[in-house]
Amino acid sequence: MEFEAVIGLEVHAELSTKTKIYCGCTTEFGGEQNTHCCPVCMGLPGALPVLNKEVVSYAIKAGLALNCEINKETYMARKNYFYPDCPKNYQITQDETPLCSNGYIEIALEDGVKKVGIHRIHIEEDAGKALHREDGTYVDFNRSGVPLIEIVSKPDMRSAQEAKMYLENLKAILQYTEVSDCKMEEGSLRCDANVSIRPKGTSEFGVKTEIKNMNSFKAVEKAIEFEIKRQIEAIKNGEKIVQETRRWDEVKGETIVMRSKEEAHDYRYFPEPDMVYLEVDDKWIENIKASLPELPEMKKARYINEYGLPDYDAGILTSSKALAGYFEETVAKGANPKDASNWIMGEVLRTLNDREMTIEDIKVKPEDLAKLIELINNGTITGTIAKKVFKDMFETGDNPEKIVKEKGMVQISDENAIRDIVNKVLDENPQSVEDFKNGKTKAMGFVVGQVMKASKGKANPQLVNKLVEEELQKR
Amino acid sequence: MHTKTLHEVKELINKKEISCVELTKSTFDRISKVDDKIGAYLQLDEEGALKKAREVDEKIQRGEETSFLAGIPMAIKDNICVEGLKTTCASKILENFVAPYDAHVTKKLKENDAVIIGKLNMDEFAMGSSSENSAFKKVKNPFDLERVPGGSSGGSAAAVAAGEAYYTLGSDTGGSIRQPASLCGVVGLKPTYGRISRYGLVAFASSLDQIGPFTKDVEDCAHVLNVIAGHDSMDSTSAKVEVEDYTKYLNQDIKGMKIGIPKEYFAEGLNPEIRGIIENGIEVLKKLGAEIKEISLPMSKYALAVYYILASSEASSNLARFDGIRYGFRAEDFEDVVDLYVKSRSQGFGDEVKRRIMLGTYALSAGYYDAYYKKALKVRTLIIQEYKKAFEEVDVILTPTSPTVAFKLGEKSNNPLEMYLSDIYTVPINIAGVPAISIPAGFVDGLPVGMQLIGDYFKEGTLLKVSHAFERETEFTKVKPSI
Amino acid sequence: MSVTIKDVEYVAKLARLEFNEEEKQKFTEELNNILGYVEMLQEVDTDGVEISIGAYRVVNALREDEVKPSFDREKMLQNAPDSQDGYVKVPKVIE
Ligand SMILES: [Zn+2]
Repeated sequence: MEFEAVIGLEVHAELSTKTKIYCGCTTEFGGEQNTHCCPVCMGLPGALPVLNKEVVSYAIKAGLALNCEINKETYMARKNYFYPDCPKNYQITQDETPLCSNGYIEIALEDGVKKVGIHRIHIEEDAGKALHREDGTYVDFNRSGVPLIEIVSKPDMRSAQEAKMYLENLKAILQYTEVSDCKMEEGSLRCDANVSIRPKGTSEFGVKTEIKNMNSFKAVEKAIEFEIKRQIEAIKNGEKIVQETRRWDEVKGETIVMRSKEEAHDYRYFPEPDMVYLEVDDKWIENIKASLPELPEMKKARYINEYGLPDYDAGILTSSKALAGYFEETVAKGANPKDASNWIMGEVLRTLNDREMTIEDIKVKPEDLAKLIELINNGTITGTIAKKVFKDMFETGDNPEKIVKEKGMVQISDENAIRDIVNKVLDENPQSVEDFKNGKTKAMGFVVGQVMKASKGKANPQLVNKLVEEELQKR
Repeated sequence: MHTKTLHEVKELINKKEISCVELTKSTFDRISKVDDKIGAYLQLDEEGALKKAREVDEKIQRGEETSFLAGIPMAIKDNICVEGLKTTCASKILENFVAPYDAHVTKKLKENDAVIIGKLNMDEFAMGSSSENSAFKKVKNPFDLERVPGGSSGGSAAAVAAGEAYYTLGSDTGGSIRQPASLCGVVGLKPTYGRISRYGLVAFASSLDQIGPFTKDVEDCAHVLNVIAGHDSMDSTSAKVEVEDYTKYLNQDIKGMKIGIPKEYFAEGLNPEIRGIIENGIEVLKKLGAEIKEISLPMSKYALAVYYILASSEASSNLARFDGIRYGFRAEDFEDVVDLYVKSRSQGFGDEVKRRIMLGTYALSAGYYDAYYKKALKVRTLIIQEYKKAFEEVDVILTPTSPTVAFKLGEKSNNPLEMYLSDIYTVPINIAGVPAISIPAGFVDGLPVGMQLIGDYFKEGTLLKVSHAFERETEFTKVKPSI
Repeated sequence: MSVTIKDVEYVAKLARLEFNEEEKQKFTEELNNILGYVEMLQEVDTDGVEISIGAYRVVNALREDEVKPSFDREKMLQNAPDSQDGYVKVPKVIE
């Protein structure tokens, strides 16, 4: 029997507000423990929550960018559970009335674009941070009350790959709209996955497991892949899947049971009596709509239509706001969009990947990349040299003209000088001349390579081609 | 001195016949004389009070203008935070909790130079109708030391009745201001929900709790309300309705005002002598020119059931924060963090609190939410609608405050449901969120009986107007216990 | 709906409370009494009735996104039964 996976994702994203969701404490990351706290976010007796307006605005913005309906009348709810990092022992969230619902994200599959549904987006508070040490658990409440949106997808994904694409697109949209910085390493983006399997072609859902503790998109992909395999094997061995929460163990590369359904929480949700109704009017929504930036999908379409970039390249360039910004800045500084795209897709991303860096870390300024492209196009340097210059720029952040000048990398376009090198190479390689005469045109390529090498890459390649052919014919 | 009202001592201060320090000292003298018997105070702050009194005396000496409340000794129920003082809620679980911040009302009082002399005893976490549920000591009724003062703000009522403070603050979730005011022969006002900020009031049931004053007469009530009422941006449920000068409702004519008498409040279960006193009160108002009209509030009979679901459910969640982690009592021997929670809470909370937490947790738990909590929220809507409709016809609704006079200590403590019935006349008002006041209306065998006046939303002024007319016509607020 | 000892045990676990057998028995009875009383709500016709969160309708009590000074850590931890290095300390929690 062939199986298919059914995957839904729950993503928590920290919002970019200056203050917490229910009090005026700062949301700044990295403060000394328990210094960004007050009676409200420490859950002291008598303290009361007051909703941050900006939280609502950001959540609406996310909702609009994710094609959701905005629910005009909502209220907050309490989710009750005891945990040392949860100061009131309940979380103020939304239950029956999420702020946004029924949206979708598009992902590009080989056989076309797929819409992954978004079930709901609601606002809520984060918990504190519990550090587990040998002699006890230490709790820091700085993060307690930091605003989050929880984005719950519909169970529309069918593979780990789709889940990863959904996450990448979601992250891009949240970054484009500046709703969240989505830094997974600072915990501002977190993801849980619900995974089940069913015989291909059936529509009933299988028993699902929830997977937690995945700290990167890669981990999400690997954890889901593992879980699908585990479930299929279990079924094939005649075992039953039990509804449970499982934890991804990065080191072991497997999911491990955390708690079964019997131990599942009874959260006792009820409307938060310390707060009042939230009403969002059309004007509020329209204002936010008007402030929405160009989103990845729109940008991608523009790159294809306006710049003539290939679909794949446009997709990569728009996958993060920072990368698209880098590309656009390079173009704005005079580079031809196709050249800029080729460079970024090529040298820039390759080098960053090798160093495990992101575009935010790059020292090369967009205007210097544009300059580099100009130096190639006006014949000052060759493409081969340009790659060397780029390596230097990447290390030092220096501008390309300075590097080219200091290192004497200007292209040789003097015909006589090149002809001398060509003849020298032909003298040293009589076998190649022989081969050429016998009709082996490949030999010409070898000679060209040798000439370029002898000129340390500085010879104008077109001239080298032309002169090698001329000199070979002469012999 | 201790039998005088707030406005009377204010006059003495204005005439410089007494200084604030002298007044404060005399209040502490009074406390040391009687509080062993009454048990109203859980904590005194003589040093802080005298310091404040001295400051006010200096201000007066310099000829500076001072607030009406300036320099006059008052006390606060021990579920309202005063920075630097303990806020115990009369619970072992908060026995050593020192509030690191001021409640909104405390801030207002301090800004108005009130002399805060201490924190008042109560039923643990405001759960009870007799103040017997205090973890520390029981409060006694100043009119009869063998009887309860009512609750949960028993300390606040008894302190005013016994002359241990010129006014006090309490909180009212289902009658916790009005019922003890009735049983102790003082004036107690539960304002409209949202009229006074709850910031810094340790929550029992967030959607019902409201802070209010206990005073010796209606005039004092207007003065205190003037200071503590108003919007607070720290409390989302605080109303943005403008605060009036409530003293303008004093000494007014009530001719032609329509007073509704809901027949359901005079049905079985009401002590006949109390009925007589309330009927007498109705006659007094009639004589003053009020128009008496019988009305019907049939949904009222469901109010207590709604109350026990809503109040307990909210309480079960509000009291979850008392876990022995960030503050409060932590049990000694525990195996792990769950055991720490269980032991700290089981040892830290008293029986009544546990009972309500259990009821509330049950009502919210999986499978029961719709049948209990959601149903109660819907019936609440119907009760609210009924009150709104009633106030289209009448200005004020008049009822007894409590079905009985002060009962003996221990008399009802073994029967929770019977104890809950003490609140039968006061609870619907919290469900609807309207304001209500209890004023002294007579005595049965030397024990005070209160009359409850209920007003439309934010019509505290109307309540004060009718109450003050009644008070001028009768002498009941002048009767003091012989302690 | 009748409350059993098992229900009391389940609810106690949720509420982080513990009781001896006698207390469990007592709570079972008391909860049944109170819930028996509350049962009267079922006779009220609430079809089409909206729920009321709070006594009257208030909307949009919102705060501007402006940073207010936080409290001194010392003050925030002054009541903590156990704290160390500026952290609130609890017995080790095993995930
Ligand atoms: Zn805070």
